[in-house]
Parts: sequence; C-alpha cells; structure tokens
Amino acid sequence: MASSLEIAGINKRFGNGDKSVEVLRRVDIHVAPGEFLILVGPSGCGKSTLLNIIAGLDDPTEGEVRIGGKNVVGMPPRDRDIAMVFQSYALYPTMSVADNIGFALEMRKMPKAERQKRIDEVAAMLQISHLLDRRPSQLSGGQRQRVAMGRALARQPQLFLFDEPLSNLDAKLRVEMRAEIKRLHQASGITSVYVTHDQVEAMTLGSRIAVMKGGVVQQLGTPDDIYNRPANTYVATFIGSPTMNLLRGAPTGGQFGIQGAALNLAAPASANEVLLGVRPEHLVMQDSAPWRGKVSVVEPTGPDTYVVVDTAAGSVTLRTDAQTRVQPGDAVGLAVEPANAHWFDASSENRLA
Amino acid sequence: MTAKPSLFPSVGRVLVYGVLLLAAAFFLLPLYAMLVTSFKDAEEIRTTSLLALPGGLNWSAWSTAWSSACTGVDCNGLRPFFWNSVTMAVPAVLISTLWGALNGYVLSLWKFRGSDVLFGLLLFGVFMPFQVVLLPMSQVLGMLGLSSSITGLVLVHCLAGLAGTTLFFRNYYAAIPKELVNAARMDGANFWQIFWRIVLPLSTPIFMVTLIWQFTNIWNDFLFGVVFSGTESKPITVGLNNLANTSSSVKAYNVDMAAAIIAGLPTMAIYVLAGKFFVRGLTAGAVKG
Repeated sequence: MASSLEIAGINKRFGNGDKSVEVLRRVDIHVAPGEFLILVGPSGCGKSTLLNIIAGLDDPTEGEVRIGGKNVVGMPPRDRDIAMVFQSYALYPTMSVADNIGFALEMRKMPKAERQKRIDEVAAMLQISHLLDRRPSQLSGGQRQRVAMGRALARQPQLFLFDEPLSNLDAKLRVEMRAEIKRLHQASGITSVYVTHDQVEAMTLGSRIAVMKGGVVQQLGTPDDIYNRPANTYVATFIGSPTMNLLRGAPTGGQFGIQGAALNLAAPASANEVLLGVRPEHLVMQDSAPWRGKVSVVEPTGPDTYVVVDTAAGSVTLRTDAQTRVQPGDAVGLAVEPANAHWFDASSENRLA
Repeated sequence: MTAKPSLFPSVGRVLVYGVLLLAAAFFLLPLYAMLVTSFKDAEEIRTTSLLALPGGLNWSAWSTAWSSACTGVDCNGLRPFFWNSVTMAVPAVLISTLWGALNGYVLSLWKFRGSDVLFGLLLFGVFMPFQVVLLPMSQVLGMLGLSSSITGLVLVHCLAGLAGTTLFFRNYYAAIPKELVNAARMDGANFWQIFWRIVLPLSTPIFMVTLIWQFTNIWNDFLFGVVFSGTESKPITVGLNNLANTSSSVKAYNVDMAAAIIAGLPTMAIYVLAGKFFVRGLTAGAVKG
C-alpha cells in the first residue's frame, strides 16, 4: 500500500530571535504514491533536517507534512508508520540480527509466530538468513547495511526514509547496494524519500530529484529534467561529473562573444552578460573549428578520456572516447552544437529560456 | 655484555617490578598483620612479633567477633550489625544506581531546555560535604516518620549517592549515538522501552563501576550510620566502632582484628567479583554499530 507524501510550506529555524538560523525556507514537495524522491545537496543544505521533520524526529517551525493526506506534524514518530534507514545503520548492539529486524514488530505487538515468519521472509529476500543469530558487531559493513534495510522492510510501512544509507560502504559495495535498493523499491512499491550528497545515487535511484542548497529547493524534477534542463548554474554544476563548463560572455549582435574566442553561437536576447554552460560530453574537438585552445591535461579513465583544454575564454574540460590520442601541448579546435548549449543570466545565475 | 632480551630482563624492567612489589607489600602488610593477629590467642599476641605466623588456625576470635563480643551493653557480636548493613546497602545501592541510570538517560539522550543547567547544578551534589545536610536531613526523616529506621538510612544513601551515579551514567550515555535512540523511536518504542531494551543492556561496564562505587561508599559509611540510626538499625561500621571501644581489662586485639576483617570482607568480595565483570564489559561493550 503506497501513500502520498506532501511537504507543504515547511520553514525551519533553529534558535530564537536574532540568533536564529534558518535551515529550511518554504519547502513544497508533493510525492506521489510509490514515487522515489531524492533529496540531494551539499552538507548543511537542510536535506537531513527535512528528512527528520518527515520522520517526526524534529518539528518544523511552520508548515505541514501530510502522509496519505493526513497532517502528521506534532504526531510522535511511532504513530506515523514510517521506517527509516540510518547512515550509521543504528542497529541495536545487544540484540541478534533476528531481534533487530523483529523489534518494530514486537513493539507493535505482532504475535511471535507471525513475527518469525516475517523475519524469515525479509531475511530470505536480503540473503541474510544465515546471519539471523549473529550480533551486529559480528557483521561486515555490507551485512549491517542489509540488516538495516531488513529492519525497515519488515515493517511494511507507509513510507521509507533513507538517510545517506550507502555513504559508509566502500565503492564496490555501494554500487551493489544501490541496485539492491532500486530492486527492493520496485518490488515493494512503497513511497520513499532518500537523502544523499552523491549525485550518481541521485540520478540512478530517483524517480524525481530535489536539489537543495542553503535550505531552499533549487530545482525539483526528474533526473532527465535536472540533467538536461538545470534551472540554475548551481544545479548545472552540482549534477554531472566532470562538472559543466561555464563561460562568461556578452551577447553582441546576436552572437555570443568572448574576447579572443570565436564560438559561432547565437546568443539569447539579453541585456546583461550571459553564461554559456556546456557539459564535457558536448564539447567536441574539431580541427576546422575557429575556437582554438591548447591541451593541458589528459586523464584516461578507462571508458572515457577527460581532456582539459586552455582557451582564451578560459580552461574547459571535455569528455572524449578512450581512442582519442592527444598530448598535452597539442593545439586543438573546439565546437559546441547549439542544441547542447545551456544559457544562464550572469548575475542571477538562472536559466534563460 | 649484550644479553638476549628474552633471557635476561633489562635493568629497567627489574626496577619497575621491584618498585611495584615493594608498593604491593606496603599496602598488603596491614592486612597480613590483621589476619595473623586474628588467629592468635592473647598469650601468643603478647609473646610473638606482630608479623610472626600464628601457631595454628585458631578461629575462636572470629566466632567471638561474629556472635558474642560486647558492643556496649549488648554482647551479640557483629552479626546483627552485619545484617543491618546488608538490608541497608543492597536496596540503597540498587535504587541509587538504577535511579542514576535513569537520570543519565534523560540528561544525555532526551535533552530538554535547561537540561545542561540542571546537570551542572546536580554536579554540586557531588562536591557537597555531607555534614551540611545532617540537620535538615534529620528534620526530613522525622517528618517522613523514618527516623532511626533502616528505610530512612536507605533513603539518605540514595539521595547522597544520586549526584555521583547520575554523573557516571550521564557521561557514559553521552557516547551512545543519538541515531540508536531515533531508530528505536521510529520502530515504535516509547521512553521506557528504549531505556529497558536498548540503553540499559548497553550499560554493563558503567553499571559495574557504579555498583562498586556505591557499595563501597554505603557499606563503609560511618557518618550517616552514626547520626541517623537507632538502637536496632546500626550498620556494621558503627558496630565495629562500638566493639573496639567497649572497654574490658585486656584489649582483645585478635577479636578487634577479626571484626575489622569481617566488616571489610563484603567490599573486598564486590571488588573481586564485579571487578572481573567490569574489565570484561569494558572490552566487549563496543557501542559502535
């Protein structure tokens, strides 16, 4: 059973009077039943505070949180029917794995036989049946992560919350568990909110992503929206690796002009200076192109090679395929397809058209 | 000469062990003297040196001290005082320890506005000289109808020990991750369930430390025992004092020594028994999950 989640006009301030710090400002997010929402942003952007407010571990200064249409602000966490996976896993150290998974069921007075059945099902789903008698301290990081997931899954709650659940795992396990979380979400269909600072997790897991900065949602949209139509330079540079190249210039006579560089790009009509954003994979090397530069760094990563080129307009990074043979010092020409150009106002940093 | 380190310990090592052995001997010597004296009879004490071994294991001084030595007018030995101390110390230790655990749980994991100030004020209690509270406390006991009773002594010891036990638990619980409590809250546990099911099971090491601390303090207390007890509720420290001070023609050193050892035995036993738990708890009680 999937429930909707509405975050309506949430403000949050810590402290009183002049010394109060605003950590969330006018956050409005509507999550449809079964959706997987990602809250992503740098540390201190308010994403964990927002998650705690949904969970009931913290109260908003203003605003409502509605689960299945019902306002839950002021309601203690245990009455909200929400399960949460914590960054440190927060497994109960003195209980066995089975008791950890069954604890919430026991608190809800589920009969023992039924509880045992549910624990066994969840353990089988997560492939931890052989660990049920162990203590958390006897488990590896990946196993603890699975137990933490099992504890949440056994509940069959209205809402799943994830607080950076993969950040304590090594790179290989993280990729594995990421796929596992996606699989479990598809199987259970339970509405989920997932906090991360990792843009790859955000892009791969989310049905929608809210990019946050300074307590404000910068953009809320599908991974495709966020990547291909970033609302401002912050979102544009936060998502994508290597980051999007930003070049400042003035639109003169309908053309984008940077001193000493001829880009041959039609600039949007704007009185101010503008920023041209180009993702590294959209910058191509072209011998005949008028925009010239000199290769300064070549970084092969395996499937791709990143090339840093110094031009009169500034230093830019481009992503090429592994077969590209260039050397530092080579003179190259660069070109951008007009369809791949992102335009931002240079002072407000918001997207133009 | 360059000796292999495995064969000959270095000079430094020898020095360290030598000093440690000397220190141990220094602290154990009084106990040894008490022990050997308690097994001698009056004649032997007079004729042999303080440190000489007794001729045999003569338990008569022990049985006198336990059941027939005079402590003032009565001549029933230390036995009634010993049981007074047991009925006083056991509940007082358990209550003050559990109460401290509960206080520490609230002050570290359920912080509220002003909880740190409250904790700061509570710390005054640790440094409060108990002489200050004697008169008001006796008033309070009188009002409660608990004067001269063992129940009154239990109450006094609970209150006197509370600041210390709270401090111990508060500092120990400060290291418990807040996420653990949050996880339990999300799982549907309430305040008490989190305390009993999650927090208390993690507390074995600090529980043992507090138990030892409180038992030693309460068992060895003389001040409260002498001030607040009645004829029927005197603890063993008061009994020992009365026994040693009851004058007779010849000072029965062997009985005094046996009585002193009897009075000190329970605290020693607690150290030996719970001390082991304590060390085990320290190494196994890793909270990190």
